[in-house]
Amino acid sequence: MMQAAEKAPKPVKQLDHRYEGISKVTGKIKYAGEFSEPFAKSDLLYAYLVQSTIPSGDIVSIDRAAADNSAGVVTILTPFNAPKLSQAPPQPPARRNLSLLQDTSVSYNGQPIAVVVARSLDEAKSAAALLKVKYAPKPAKIGLKNRLAEARWPKDPGKEPAGNHRGDAQAGFSKATVIIENTYITPIQHHNPMEPHGTIAWWDGPKLNVYDSTQYITGVRQSLAKTLNIPVDFVHVVDPVVGGGFGSKGSMWSHVPLCAMAARITGKPVKLILEREQMFGPVGGRPSTVNKIKLGASADGKLLAMQQDVVMNASVMEDFVEHAEGPTKNLYMSSANSVSAKIVEANLGVSTFMRAPGEAPGTAVLEIAMDELAEKLNMDPVQLRLVNYAETDPSHDRPWTSKNLKDCYQQAADRFGWSKRNATPRSMSDGNAWIGYGMATATYPANRSAAMAIVRLLPGGRMFVGSGTQDLGTGTYTIMAQQAAAGLGIDPTLVEVKLGDSTLPKAPVSGGSQSSASVLPAIQDATSQLKLKLADLAIADAASPLHGLKTLDIDAKDGKLFNRNNPTQSDTLTDLIARNGNKPVEATGSAEPAESKDAMSSQSWGAVFAEVAVDKDTHMVKVRRIVATYDIGTLLNQKTGHNQLMGGIVWGISFALHEEAHIDSVYGRVVNESLAEYHVPVNADIGTIDVSTLNIPDLKFNPIGSRGIGEIGITGTAAAVANAIYNATGKRIREYPITPDKIMLA
Amino acid sequence: MKDFAYQRAASSEAAIHAGNARGAKFLAGGTNLVDLMKYRVESPAALVDINHLDLTQITPDQDGVRIGAMVRNSDLANHALIRQSYPLLSQALLSGASPQLRNMASTGGNLLQRTRCYYFTDVSFPACNKREPGSGCAAVKGYNRIHAILGQTDKGSTSGETCIATHPSDMCVAMAALDAKVEVEGAKGKRTISFADFHKLPGSTPWIETALHPGELIVGVTLPAAKYAKNSYYLKARDRNSYAFALISVAAGLELEGGNIKSAGLALGGVALKPWRMPEAEHVLVGKPATPENFARAADILLKDAKTYEHNAFKVEMARRGVVRALTLATQGAPEGANA
Ligand SMILES: Cc1cc2nc3c(=O)[nH]c(=O)nc-3n(C[C@H](O)[C@H](O)[C@H](O)COP(=O)(O)OP(=O)(O)OC[C@H]3O[C@@H](n4cnc5c(N)ncnc54)[C@H](O)[C@@H]3O)c2cc1C
Repeated sequence: MMQAAEKAPKPVKQLDHRYEGISKVTGKIKYAGEFSEPFAKSDLLYAYLVQSTIPSGDIVSIDRAAADNSAGVVTILTPFNAPKLSQAPPQPPARRNLSLLQDTSVSYNGQPIAVVVARSLDEAKSAAALLKVKYAPKPAKIGLKNRLAEARWPKDPGKEPAGNHRGDAQAGFSKATVIIENTYITPIQHHNPMEPHGTIAWWDGPKLNVYDSTQYITGVRQSLAKTLNIPVDFVHVVDPVVGGGFGSKGSMWSHVPLCAMAARITGKPVKLILEREQMFGPVGGRPSTVNKIKLGASADGKLLAMQQDVVMNASVMEDFVEHAEGPTKNLYMSSANSVSAKIVEANLGVSTFMRAPGEAPGTAVLEIAMDELAEKLNMDPVQLRLVNYAETDPSHDRPWTSKNLKDCYQQAADRFGWSKRNATPRSMSDGNAWIGYGMATATYPANRSAAMAIVRLLPGGRMFVGSGTQDLGTGTYTIMAQQAAAGLGIDPTLVEVKLGDSTLPKAPVSGGSQSSASVLPAIQDATSQLKLKLADLAIADAASPLHGLKTLDIDAKDGKLFNRNNPTQSDTLTDLIARNGNKPVEATGSAEPAESKDAMSSQSWGAVFAEVAVDKDTHMVKVRRIVATYDIGTLLNQKTGHNQLMGGIVWGISFALHEEAHIDSVYGRVVNESLAEYHVPVNADIGTIDVSTLNIPDLKFNPIGSRGIGEIGITGTAAAVANAIYNATGKRIREYPITPDKIMLA
Repeated sequence: MKDFAYQRAASSEAAIHAGNARGAKFLAGGTNLVDLMKYRVESPAALVDINHLDLTQITPDQDGVRIGAMVRNSDLANHALIRQSYPLLSQALLSGASPQLRNMASTGGNLLQRTRCYYFTDVSFPACNKREPGSGCAAVKGYNRIHAILGQTDKGSTSGETCIATHPSDMCVAMAALDAKVEVEGAKGKRTISFADFHKLPGSTPWIETALHPGELIVGVTLPAAKYAKNSYYLKARDRNSYAFALISVAAGLELEGGNIKSAGLALGGVALKPWRMPEAEHVLVGKPATPENFARAADILLKDAKTYEHNAFKVEMARRGVVRALTLATQGAPEGANA
């Protein structure tokens, strides 16, 4: 185990390009759905998922005669013939409540109800269209805003208590001179990574192999074993690159075991890739939240009480809670906080984690309320945040491992030119557009879990590093190479990286922004072990210039082992391994959060500033500029790190202006289930994005000093844009997305 | 997608002949038809590929211009003659879809692109009178933010006549304001259809969308002499700054004489199943000064019969403002594809 040493780590040499970049743009590296070996390609069968077209009820019958006779069809799985599974009851949210054709009930419109397997995808789809499904419909629960009275406590609130109080909020409100009280709404969103979910499965006797697009190979392995009732060791999961996940690939969904079931029945490899429209329901989404927020402050801006009561939709299948109330508990130092999170059941697919679960909608709503409070207090919004700066974690009454948010406000405000802001709405314009400035705080917890890694010194002084983690396009390969190289002091271009294979040492789900914070310390541990082994090898080797030294006297740098007391006395790694008969030397390492982790809170921070232009007639919004500064610990790689933060900001703009899944109120089905109609920003919607990081290591959090950055970019951004729209137009829109019609009618 | 026969037509005559067969459809850029085939909204028995027909010319014609049916949207938008004489059309085209789509999309295909109504494009919804005549309309009680406020038929969700879809084209809105004509050719010969008569409101037969007879091929579109080369504007309000269909759009062309309006061409998009144009709205402007007050009167006439639904009430006000703004901008000149 590595001890979290609190001294500044040596700067790690960064790769100036993405490790897998060239193989991606030349099409060499394969995504899960692209494999056509080791099985015979001609054996591969194609499965198509058939979905329900009613939101609630039972399947009475499925007339499959025409489909069975359709060209190319090999088999059709329905609730009437699918193999019975001895499923353990689901344990949400780690394992989702799946639709595996075990019964005839329908819980949402779009639920998997059959799988057609054919020799080609077209044949499978054509046959699927011939299935005649007869339903006995039941009344469906649809809608949220019209059903708030049905809100109830979640049955399984998970780790977080669904209701939470600190201090006496009512007393705070009664003392307050200024109170803000409003309802803020966020919509249902669907992740829509570029690469759709997809699986290829084939059986090798009792053993199951899958290529699966996932954020968690170990999780898929365990879930498949449990679902199909086979030993974990019999399941092998491979996924070298993921084309985005954003949380939707953090859990295993129905299509994965269904694909494995189809492969078992046909005795052939089977491929099941979801169509774009199938990604609006069966693979999760972010629930809509209705947030009643009340803030009370004294005349000098000090928060005396903060209250947030959230009601969200949850599938009738599973109580998933989006903790939008999170930031109200810990973002500012208030004398009292009171929060609750309740759900309203709906006939919809199961909700799940989506990029910055909790904090994305949470900051989107709270940070508008803070802007309203600042206005009512006649106080600069940045000043209001400084007045209520939380030097310690109010939700746990304990210190932060590191917090430099004040510097973020300062730096981003300066870069943005915040001092030029006029707080009066409609005071700035350009041509036919009102111009507005807005800001908000960004935040996301720093997570970390146990992880393992393996490293090897290879002939020629090259290295190998492996860990059963995933790269979602985030740069995991790149920073793994850097970390391994740093351990032996070699150039990162000399490192070969392997991940995304369940035979590698285990690593956690690539979710909760924890991959680098978890995996890199394990690599650091592994390379320390490797260095010791190599030192011992040299000491024992009569031909080594380091022969006979003590282990602790030996360090590594520039491709050499050397004597700390006499650095010119050295042995190159190439020579050392050559004299070892070019036999690789291997070491494994592991790391986990220190036992003392509960004594402190770890969180990332940022300040986001936005400039918008709102057309006075069409009310279309253009986000001209975003300036954001983040306190995320050590920035591991300039390129991939900024890429993550910028990508998050684009998601924040999307949250503010574009994204929403619209549910038909009669059929309970997402109506805009395509990327033509489910809007995300296009280039024309994005102006300049200026991202900077403080790059101050958080060594109390982990020995690398780095907190994750995959999610924080989306937080704060939506509210910064909303607040800028208010500053531009004088119209306070409290329901996302802020589309032109809402601004016009406000 | 269902199996279909495919045939590449060598000449217009051959295309018309093949297009006459039952279940045959012409394939132009395929950007709409192929999508709808994948969604199983359309399942033609045969595709007659017209991409190789000699219908790709843009030719000055008498005092106007003739545009071949297979002229791509990007070629049309960027053609020197169109940019100079019909900037309204250029601007409308460039506000539509994306560069890649415009490179494929044809003039004829754009005219015939089908509605984006969710209930039409997703066969899982059981009710759509366009897709399944007589099945009803799920949109009237559904999510109808993108739907019609003018010219629709609404006899309730279960009626076989109800349809509140819109025509999604930008190009057509400009063509309507420009008094275009559609040239078609069929087994019985050639004919010309005025733009106002080309697209059909739903009436009692929402599944009949145009004046085309079965099997007729669009060969071209003609535009009369350019009246609005100096003063026009295509305004498109949408949910994002590119690559989104219009919430509402306005094609405005003005002929000015001194400070007064000599003639006007004015059409609304995104509000009806065809570009919405009313002669009264243009007449009210003639001889009047180009002022916002007069523009607002034209807007009121265009929108006087508007009937809105749960989610699209905003369209009336948005269209009203859009008309005033587009006409105001038209008085200031004629940008070419400014909001591409
Ligand atoms: C994501 C997306 C976004 C879009 N955004 C916009 C937008 O913002 N604004 C906009 O205006 N459009 C938009 N479009 C629509 C696009 O403009 C149309 O798809 C395109 O114009 C259709 O032309 P096509 O040549 O590809 O037609 P096809 O798909 O080939 O054909 C369409 C129909 O026309 C028939 N047809 C084609 N040519 C002829 C002919 N000569 N004679 C008789 N029948 C014929 C076909 O049989 C078919 O029924 C968008 C499309 C997509 C996919």
